[in-house]
Amino acid sequence: MTRSPVPDPKDEPRNPTRTGMRLIVPLQGVVQGRGGLILGSIIPCALFYFLQFYLKRHRSSPPNPPSPSTSTGNLSELPRSSSRANLSSRGSIGRVHVSSRASSIAKPNDSPYYIGLDRVREDPYDEMSNPDGIIELGLSENRLSLDLIEKWLEENFNNSMLGIGGDGLGIGGIATYQPMDGLMELKMAMADFMTEVMGRTVVFDPARVVLTSGATPALEILSFCLADQGNAFLVPAPYYPGFDRDMRWRTGVELIPVHCRSCDNFALSITALEQAFNQARKRGQRVRGILISNPSNPVGSLLNRDTLFDLLDFARERNIHIISDEIFAGSTYGNEEFVSMAEIVDSEDTDKDRVHIIYGMSKDFSIPGFRVGVIYSFNENVLAASRKLTRFCSVSTPTQQLLTSMLSDTSFIQEYLKTNRRRIASMYDLFVAALRGLGVVCTKSCAGLYCWVDMSRLISPYSEKGELDLWDKLLNIAKINVTPGSACHCIEPGWFRFCFTTLSENEIPIVVERIRKVVESCKPPV
Amino acid sequence: FYLNFLMDQLLSKIAINDGHGENSAFFDGWKAYDSNPYHPTQNPNGVIQMGLAENQLSFDLVEEWVRNNPKASICTEQGANDFKDIAIFQDYHGFPEFRNAVARFMEKVRGNRVRFDPDRIVMSGGATGAQETLAFCLADPGEALLVPTPYYPANDRDLTWRTGIKLLPVICESSNNFKITSSALESAYNKAQESNIKVKGLLLNNPSNPLGTVLDKQTLTESLNFTNNKNIHLICDEIYSATVFSKPDFISIAEIVEENPNCNRELIHIVYSLSKDLGFPGFRVGIIYSYNDSVTNCARKMSSFGLVSTQTQHLIAYMLSDEVFVDRFIVESSKRLGNRHSALVNELARVGIESLKSNGGLYCWMDLRRLLKEYTFEAEMELWRVIVNEVKLNVSPGSSFHCSEPGWFRVCFANMDDETLMVALKRIHKFVIQSKGINVVNEVPNSKKQYRRNNKLEINLSFRRLDGIMMEPHKMSPHSPMSSPLVRART
Repeated sequence: MTRSPVPDPKDEPRNPTRTGMRLIVPLQGVVQGRGGLILGSIIPCALFYFLQFYLKRHRSSPPNPPSPSTSTGNLSELPRSSSRANLSSRGSIGRVHVSSRASSIAKPNDSPYYIGLDRVREDPYDEMSNPDGIIELGLSENRLSLDLIEKWLEENFNNSMLGIGGDGLGIGGIATYQPMDGLMELKMAMADFMTEVMGRTVVFDPARVVLTSGATPALEILSFCLADQGNAFLVPAPYYPGFDRDMRWRTGVELIPVHCRSCDNFALSITALEQAFNQARKRGQRVRGILISNPSNPVGSLLNRDTLFDLLDFARERNIHIISDEIFAGSTYGNEEFVSMAEIVDSEDTDKDRVHIIYGMSKDFSIPGFRVGVIYSFNENVLAASRKLTRFCSVSTPTQQLLTSMLSDTSFIQEYLKTNRRRIASMYDLFVAALRGLGVVCTKSCAGLYCWVDMSRLISPYSEKGELDLWDKLLNIAKINVTPGSACHCIEPGWFRFCFTTLSENEIPIVVERIRKVVESCKPPV
Repeated sequence: FYLNFLMDQLLSKIAINDGHGENSAFFDGWKAYDSNPYHPTQNPNGVIQMGLAENQLSFDLVEEWVRNNPKASICTEQGANDFKDIAIFQDYHGFPEFRNAVARFMEKVRGNRVRFDPDRIVMSGGATGAQETLAFCLADPGEALLVPTPYYPANDRDLTWRTGIKLLPVICESSNNFKITSSALESAYNKAQESNIKVKGLLLNNPSNPLGTVLDKQTLTESLNFTNNKNIHLICDEIYSATVFSKPDFISIAEIVEENPNCNRELIHIVYSLSKDLGFPGFRVGIIYSYNDSVTNCARKMSSFGLVSTQTQHLIAYMLSDEVFVDRFIVESSKRLGNRHSALVNELARVGIESLKSNGGLYCWMDLRRLLKEYTFEAEMELWRVIVNEVKLNVSPGSSFHCSEPGWFRVCFANMDDETLMVALKRIHKFVIQSKGINVVNEVPNSKKQYRRNNKLEINLSFRRLDGIMMEPHKMSPHSPMSSPLVRART
């Protein structure tokens, strides 16, 4: 008896068997008519194996994305390192699939906020070595008072700050597990510092302090703790571009801008919040909280007590959270008084569980490189979860020890905060006056390291495109990097954020001259 | 109560689920230690912590270096000049000097057999952050990574808690010394396919925690081929690479990659950290090294969530560029680890306790199968409770490492000083010698020749004694896994 030329069905993957059979049997008939047994065996086998091979190849490439042959995807287009030069001969390499999260994040930056920062990195202004470089006015850092800290260091060296003693063997000659959410000494020093910064109107409790490596992971942790994937936060706009990254990237949480307008001086309106909340509900989107920045970034305004109370009422009625990013609390310079959400909670004594404050050492204390952020929450469960999550973002121990020493010197801190505020105020005055000299005005701000500048008369057309054109000119012709309002989700075109605390006094005229070049060319004909 | 319920509704699933993993036995031992920690004079009967894989044997070398090199620390006269530039620098690329120094160090640890490109060095919040970031980059929620068992318990939390991915075990068995076999890999992969779970990668830990062994070239090559063939990622956690103290040499996946130019490099990623090798977990220096540009870009952007303090970057850049120090450190640290390892393993052997032959890591993998009442995980937990509560040693039970066979325990030896180790060894000795007869499991299923012991010393446990403990609940540790576990937030 001849053996069946069709391979044993047991040996194959389930599906091709049937289709295989349907192909083979008639073929056998055809072939056996002429070629006889041999062809009758070989040809169906050959066809069968080709079929299997074909099916296998297509099955091995993952189902995502749906059309592997046509979608190029950005992955295969990426510049390849030279190590891959000899791999082009291997035709059967499937494309490497990273997660869908990664695919969008790995794309080149498309927000002007990030593009500007990248451009400055490539061509940074330096008085001596690169006088034609791009001057950075797009990053809110404060260089005005670093000398004070440096001086303190010079006067207060001591070995405990070297930061290595604490890591060694603890009691009983056994290495102890370091708490990921920060050493108690630093938490205490931080609570005192926050009390001081926010005007001593409320006392911060070290037991509610969770330390993270910067405010960025602090925000992300809160986003993970307070919302599930697909939920949303309401955010008054214009807002800090980094919120999009911190709150959304890895969490899958959405941000819904609540637009504020120049006619109100960009003040937050509860009515607008209500509308946004209701619209979200209609869409079936669950709002979990409101994210405010106070002092506000980019506008530089402060929320007054009444508004804060209203916000708390609003949140209570809808059973949602409030995240108050108060990272610029120590950078106030106007006449208005800063009121922390902690103060509101203190006087209300109910609904504490829905209030969470973000703080950090990157703005008021000018040490963004050291990565020190704070989650301050009144909700025990949030604190418990946050503490556990700090394992992904703890503050480096030497930094904790250095900072504890610094912050514990209360007279230094008081002096520092006072002097820093004064310096920011005078720089603000100088800068705003200089801009006014160019015919450019900004909102009156009383906090922050930046001013919110109205260049709407200079853009053409009066749209986001016009604004980005101007931004581009400022970046490439005037060689200054500023943040366009669209990157901050501002609904009115033509507004720009200019940070002025990276400048020294003598650099202001240089900046003004550069801006003048562009402004002159943009002015509408008289 | 209603208000609490309402408040709970306020939190996300991630905040209230068990993803933090602190309800497992692994952490119960820590809690037992926390409530009764050993101290040579103040609490000599306290629990000795042997469940913490930290390397404290060579931090004195680091301390000495820091003191002798004040320029590396910004809080010294010599270093303060750098303060301003360091404090204000927040570029997530990190200092080039830092990346160069780390790349050089990683090369040295691998005997200069490979080259690492400093531009591919990406920071993260410790190895913990590095693993999580890679998981975010390589897999979407619901997708899975294969992990050979037994594995580091915190992988469950670090890789899956916020990312929403799954970990699927690749079963390794004591019969071949827990080697990772091709068939185990295939079987795990197929099992996932059958359950309709998409596998995105394989996570290897080399040197292994908890085994303390290094992967041989064959296993590494097989793993590389396996992942290449399936077009899935290969993540190698090489965090213990400089803790290898005897032959065979540590072989990094980087070496295999360089020897196999035809492999698809875009699938290879290395996780590293200075916490174990240098002994400074507090520095929080995690490193992702990926051969995939897309992953490198993405991970670098995500590093904003866990950047290394520039103060630390500065210190490390100086320290690891000091080639004389580094060379000396690597040699001395290995020597000290090797000595400690021998001290522990020899003492265990003297009382008839075998452990897996290992040459790296900060722990050893003890075989206590013959001490089990019966060959079950419940019996393992009972034995563990005896060790924690009676012998007063916090060791980690194999089940918390997802070991497929009961009776294995990880005991750490590098997180204490010599005197404390002596006390621990004495306790083990005393415990074993003083125990009375019991029906122990004489025949362990699947056990092979390497565990042939001269049965001169009989290890016996008083059955009645164990019973007595079980019957009196008030004597049980309140943190034992049988009672409802307390999830204590650490302040």
